[in-house]
Amino acid sequence: MNGYLDFEKPIVELEKKIADIRDFATGESVELSREIAALEKKLERLQKEIYSKLTRWQRVQLARHPKRPTASDYIKAWMTDFVELHGDRGFADDHAVITGLGKLDNLKLLVVAQEKGKDTKEKLHHNFGMMHPEGYRKALRTMQLAARFGLPILVLIDTPGAFPGVGAEERGQAEAIARNLREMAVLPVPIVVVILGEGASGGALGVGIGDRILMLENAWYSVISPEGCAAILWRDSEKKEEAAEALKLASFDLLEMGIIDKILPEPLGGAHRDPKKTFETAKTEVLAAFGELSVLPPEERLLHRIEKYRSMGRYTVDPELEELPSPVAGPEANQ
Amino acid sequence: MEWFKKNREGVAGGEKKEIPKGLWTKCESCGEIIFVRELEKNRWVCPKCNYHFRIRFSDYLELLTDPDTWKEYDRNITSADPLRFKDSKRYPDRIREARKKTSLTDAVVCGTGKIGGRAVSVAVMDFSFIGGSMGSVVGEKIARAIERALERKIPLIIVSCSGGARMQEGILSLMQMAKTSALLAQLQKKNLPFISVLTNPTTAGVMASYASLGDVIIAEPKALLGFAGPRVIAQTIGQELPPGFQSSEFFLEHGFVDMICERKELRRTINLLLEYFSGNGSPRA
Repeated sequence: MNGYLDFEKPIVELEKKIADIRDFATGESVELSREIAALEKKLERLQKEIYSKLTRWQRVQLARHPKRPTASDYIKAWMTDFVELHGDRGFADDHAVITGLGKLDNLKLLVVAQEKGKDTKEKLHHNFGMMHPEGYRKALRTMQLAARFGLPILVLIDTPGAFPGVGAEERGQAEAIARNLREMAVLPVPIVVVILGEGASGGALGVGIGDRILMLENAWYSVISPEGCAAILWRDSEKKEEAAEALKLASFDLLEMGIIDKILPEPLGGAHRDPKKTFETAKTEVLAAFGELSVLPPEERLLHRIEKYRSMGRYTVDPELEELPSPVAGPEANQ
Repeated sequence: MEWFKKNREGVAGGEKKEIPKGLWTKCESCGEIIFVRELEKNRWVCPKCNYHFRIRFSDYLELLTDPDTWKEYDRNITSADPLRFKDSKRYPDRIREARKKTSLTDAVVCGTGKIGGRAVSVAVMDFSFIGGSMGSVVGEKIARAIERALERKIPLIIVSCSGGARMQEGILSLMQMAKTSALLAQLQKKNLPFISVLTNPTTAGVMASYASLGDVIIAEPKALLGFAGPRVIAQTIGQELPPGFQSSEFFLEHGFVDMICERKELRRTINLLLEYFSGNGSPRA
């Protein structure tokens, strides 16, 4: 990748052309401002055209953009007096998740943030944002600590998935995620979850239970990655574009299905085009969400949380099914 | 409860010798040629190598619950097609075919029954329905099974058999993990026992939610258990997986199941556990 995505090529080419003309105009002292202005207008139109009708797969690509701000950028931009807390007290400190206490304006809270890292060295250090069981346990430990002192919890999600490895299985990846799902459902403090980039399946959900779920416009959140889905259902991971469409993993899909509460708009072309603006917009919404939650009595807030998850799912009731013929016993393999 | 009667007769009278087709069958694990009726009598466990054939939900109900105590609930809940999902097939067609093949309405059957005279809420998953995958229907039925346990103050037993969350319902399938786990938090608070039985296979989204949350977790021998698929892991680490990886035995060794229990001992074991969890009949200290 050359710092831009395939579908951005016309934009990048036009940007280059404008820059070239500008250089020429300066060098030769010719007046080309009218031409430049025309091209800039064209660029604006082109950007609007391309970015306003992004496919789901293109959004996935934006969510994975190498320049996209990661969780630590948000922490830096938002928080003061940050005190990082390490370790699960059982096995290790999982660097794929950053946990710590900090202040968001005047609000003291705990942050649980999945961090992918930026350059190769950082990415390796953070394991590309793929948590191990000790990461989920570290998150739970710190969240339960926060709950004891009445500190609300802010979760930042950005992960390509829970780590699929031998050690992760040996140490109970499934158990660690399952326990978090159960325990987060009853944590007595407000929880606001922001999906920043990638929300891959159980790896994201394992820290993603909350009272308010916010999602950046171009982030994705799904039961499986488009590539994984394509490999299984299409038997061809190259069918990822079809899979991304079919999975309905974009922010507007999730809002429509009632999975998330709000979409956080990104600058045209993605969060990396104007990180500062992204941080500001998101911060306002996060503070607003905590504000709304803080006025609810804790019991009521918990009840809402459980009812929200209880009501998730779509099914139909068909009385005729009572009449289906009876299944026959025997080993499934011999059916 | 027509199917249940038929099943009982089948086991007693050997009416269903057409399943598996023929009188003899080959063990999927050791290759031993086994007389089908002998296999059936042995609860579909290979007499030579102890391989546990995968069995239907009805076999588990027959195995676990007291005769004539089973009452099924929520049989009429069926999949919507919230995503209008289509891969090589349309999702509603897939559901219709699975229903025809299995006579099930989805991958779990829920109800109440008695074990050793004690009322229990039971859910049994069935792999033959789209790989036992969990979508909105499975999630809702499990949720209701948990609520039945809560309302009636009775223990919960879930027999899992699943490849994980159902892709065709996308994020809604993922949320069933949250939904079922949130309700299990209520069950735990009320001190109602939950026994989770893991059969071959129990993986991914089901393993990473209710299947892992039992107060006691029992695995059948040599079941495939885990979070990530073995192929994905092998790809990630770029080498072959250690022998016995992600088996029941592996889970026992690493402390994630309480015991491995042979099928013929399952009922007795659960019965005993329920007896223990009923306490000493005096107010708790």
